[in-house]
Amino acid sequence: MPQYHQFDALVVGAGGAGLMAALYASKGVNTAVISKLYPTRSHTGTAQGGISAALGNLEEDKWEWHAYDTIKGGDFLCDQDAVDIMCREAIDAVIDLEHMGLPFDRTPDGKISQRRFGGHTNNETKKPVMRACHAADRTGHMILQTLYQNCIKNNVKFFDEFQVIDVLIEDGKCNGVVAVQLATGEIHVFHSKATLIATGGFGKMWKVTSNAHSLTGDLPAAVLRRGLPLEDMEFFQFHPTGVYKLGILLSEAARGEGAVFINDKGERFMERYMPTLKDLAPRDICSRCIYTEIREGRGIGGKDYVYLDFRPEQINKYFEADGNPKRIDAHYLETRLPDIIEFARVYQGIDPIKEPVPIQPTAHYAMGGIPTDNDARVLADETGRIVEGLYAAGEVACVSVHGANRLGTNSLVDLVVFGKRGGIAMAEYCKQASFRPIHRDAAAKAGAAQLDRIRNNNGNERPHAIRKEMQAVMDEKVGVYRTGAGLEEAIDKIHELQARYKRIRIDDKGFKWNTDLMEAWELGALLDLAEVTAFAALARTESRGGHYREDYPNRDDVNFLKHSMVWKNGTITLKYKPVRITRIPPQERKY
Amino acid sequence: MKINLKIKRFNPETDKKPHWETYAVEVEPTDRVLDALHDVKWNQDGTLALRRSCAHGVCGSDAMRINGRNMLACKVLIQNIAKDGDTITVEPILGLPVVKDLIVDMEPFFAHYRAVMPYLVNNDPLPANGRERLQSPADRERYDDTTKCILCAACTTSCPSFWARGEYVGPAAIVQAHRFIFDSRDQAAQQRLEILSAQDGVWRCRTAFNCTEACPRGIQVTKAIGEVKEALRTGVIR
Ligand SMILES: Cc1cc2nc3c(=O)[nH]c(=O)nc-3n(C[C@H](O)[C@H](O)[C@H](O)COP(=O)(O)OP(=O)(O)OC[C@H]3O[C@@H](n4cnc5c(N)ncnc54)[C@H](O)[C@@H]3O)c2cc1C
Ligand code: FES
Repeated sequence: MPQYHQFDALVVGAGGAGLMAALYASKGVNTAVISKLYPTRSHTGTAQGGISAALGNLEEDKWEWHAYDTIKGGDFLCDQDAVDIMCREAIDAVIDLEHMGLPFDRTPDGKISQRRFGGHTNNETKKPVMRACHAADRTGHMILQTLYQNCIKNNVKFFDEFQVIDVLIEDGKCNGVVAVQLATGEIHVFHSKATLIATGGFGKMWKVTSNAHSLTGDLPAAVLRRGLPLEDMEFFQFHPTGVYKLGILLSEAARGEGAVFINDKGERFMERYMPTLKDLAPRDICSRCIYTEIREGRGIGGKDYVYLDFRPEQINKYFEADGNPKRIDAHYLETRLPDIIEFARVYQGIDPIKEPVPIQPTAHYAMGGIPTDNDARVLADETGRIVEGLYAAGEVACVSVHGANRLGTNSLVDLVVFGKRGGIAMAEYCKQASFRPIHRDAAAKAGAAQLDRIRNNNGNERPHAIRKEMQAVMDEKVGVYRTGAGLEEAIDKIHELQARYKRIRIDDKGFKWNTDLMEAWELGALLDLAEVTAFAALARTESRGGHYREDYPNRDDVNFLKHSMVWKNGTITLKYKPVRITRIPPQERKY
Repeated sequence: MKINLKIKRFNPETDKKPHWETYAVEVEPTDRVLDALHDVKWNQDGTLALRRSCAHGVCGSDAMRINGRNMLACKVLIQNIAKDGDTITVEPILGLPVVKDLIVDMEPFFAHYRAVMPYLVNNDPLPANGRERLQSPADRERYDDTTKCILCAACTTSCPSFWARGEYVGPAAIVQAHRFIFDSRDQAAQQRLEILSAQDGVWRCRTAFNCTEACPRGIQVTKAIGEVKEALRTGVIR
């Protein structure tokens, strides 16, 4: 028998965005959070470097500068009204986190400490500005812990280790979700007036990624299957500094503290490409420069990686060359970047204090996702029609504040600002809305059928083989550099894998903690997202931000200053909608 | 290199009690134990159940007993615990009910966590200028170590006192309490100390140091517990 629950507001996902939404929704209405992981296991906990807000605690700063940097960093694809909201409200959001107990590092006079990060500048001098608020290099961990602690304090209701597999949408309105309780395999129907999706990224389409095993795009795939569109899927960020071969992230905070990229010749090559911001240029640019170095034979030993150098004496040497009076030592780095120093020691056997660290770009962040308005309400189409009762926030959503390339530290800002706005908007909505009737048995049956199809399938394909091939083709053809021909090959390959996916066979036929089954289901979600990503990338015959087409190397504002919207109803449909430009006209992106 | 993974298996739908199974796996010396477990799961036997997410030691999902010691499977490299041809044993952490294979019921652990008021309590009005509360770098540094906890349960489930009595709040909950007791912004230290002075509180700790050794985040757990005991003994928090 399926189990049935009713809540005014549901939040799917317990990372920074979900918990923030839950905190604010639960102040007004009966709210529950559903998460496939224990909340503290969410990937927000891995965020390292910081959360930006123009507090101006260490030097002059303005939220308008933060907004300008965000828009320029996003290669002018950001919706500028949304960016203004984010950067203005970031200040109160960070203060709010401090009041909730977040242990930020402090300045000598006791204020929240701030550091430099890629693409964040003083707009007048064009020099890097200290805007990223931090708690060592575990800022995300502290945000996640603090929000979870406050949820406990406020008695927020949690369904931990429940995985949502379907979103109930009827007549263009959302009435809840269907989930499987992992411990039992039972189907639960959650009936709600409002549902907010906050399930984070979906980087597991790629092999070399900073993303967790759990980031499989379950909910974006579910809404896609329910006939809703996804926005800007061709824009995925490749972070320049992943641990070589593993993809584990070494935060930009390292470069914020002075680390630099070095090629095989020992040259600080970013100086050549971006003379002002150098190693603190935005991520899309750094990743391409690294690959250019590698392609031109200047990878280390001619191989496919370069070094990130944060030996204290080297950092001081570059400070001196830049005319920066600051000097640091090993102790300073060990206290500012303890975790990433440990990652290099544990996973690469390299001591970054003594040796440079091999790095390569790693699939990191989804700029695209479920389209929303500025109150996290999900959009049904390119005209801005709303899906009543459905909300999305955090990495899974596309507001769009990150445009074609997200600046470092701006995701955590996005989570807290739009998570809060979504929570408040849901509570307001729930107070005046009533529950719409649902067909709970039919909903449960459809959910169970999705899983039974996989559980009982008698094919000959192992899901892992399909996953590996998908990740290989995404790394190779839908990565930092793309071409029309490569993308077409990728689409063919994904179609082949989707056909093979219909013939999978899993080993575990049981119900309790059947992770074999859930991984196979997640693979289906990833394949759908890989398909629409490659399609949207093929159609965008220009280069902008994180989407770089070798066959169309220039930005094309005449034809492509617009967001893509992709549907998958049998076949794939692409439409576009204009970018909202309010203050800052597009210009060439130089640093 | 080749290793054998000897894994304690239990399927609640078919087994009455756990049993051991051994799998031969081909690994790189620099692979994580998690990679080897995935190799088993993905290429040999999909029924193997374990929790994991981040795969780099920050989410706290995959604490397990590896060669008899609690570790995160994603944070220990094969080369550090085995040579070619060796057998590595993997079993669930002890002291919590096993649900399936390497998965245990975490609810008793989180119940202890919730019991120590793991959140900031400060009833003063917020700063009138709308800004952050101030805290000196030294005051911030005071509780830095215990903010690192990822609630993986490696410490609590390595503790003989916890094995003997599951009602004992355990090292992880005390670490969480410590994080707030020594935060200069917090005002509920006395309430937490009262909770921890109860029968199943901090005095059950026999300073076995297992917790400190087990902590994958390098937290000085036993020291933190000692500081809480000291605060209870002297009534002074410093
Ligand atoms: C290594 C790393 C470092 C980073 N550093 C920074 C940084 O310094 N600054 C910055 O701004 N950004 C950073 N980012 C990006 C940022 O951390 C993420 O974009 C952000 O944390 C995502 O948060 P979220 O709340 O949207 O989702 P997540 O924190 O990923 O949470 C997703 C939640 O959804 C749940 N979920 C998923 N699927 C389901 C389902 N089917 N059913 C139920 N629940 C489900 C999960 O259990 C989880 O609780 C970093 C990212 C990485 C990977
Ligand atoms: S998988 Fe996250 S700690 Fe090991």
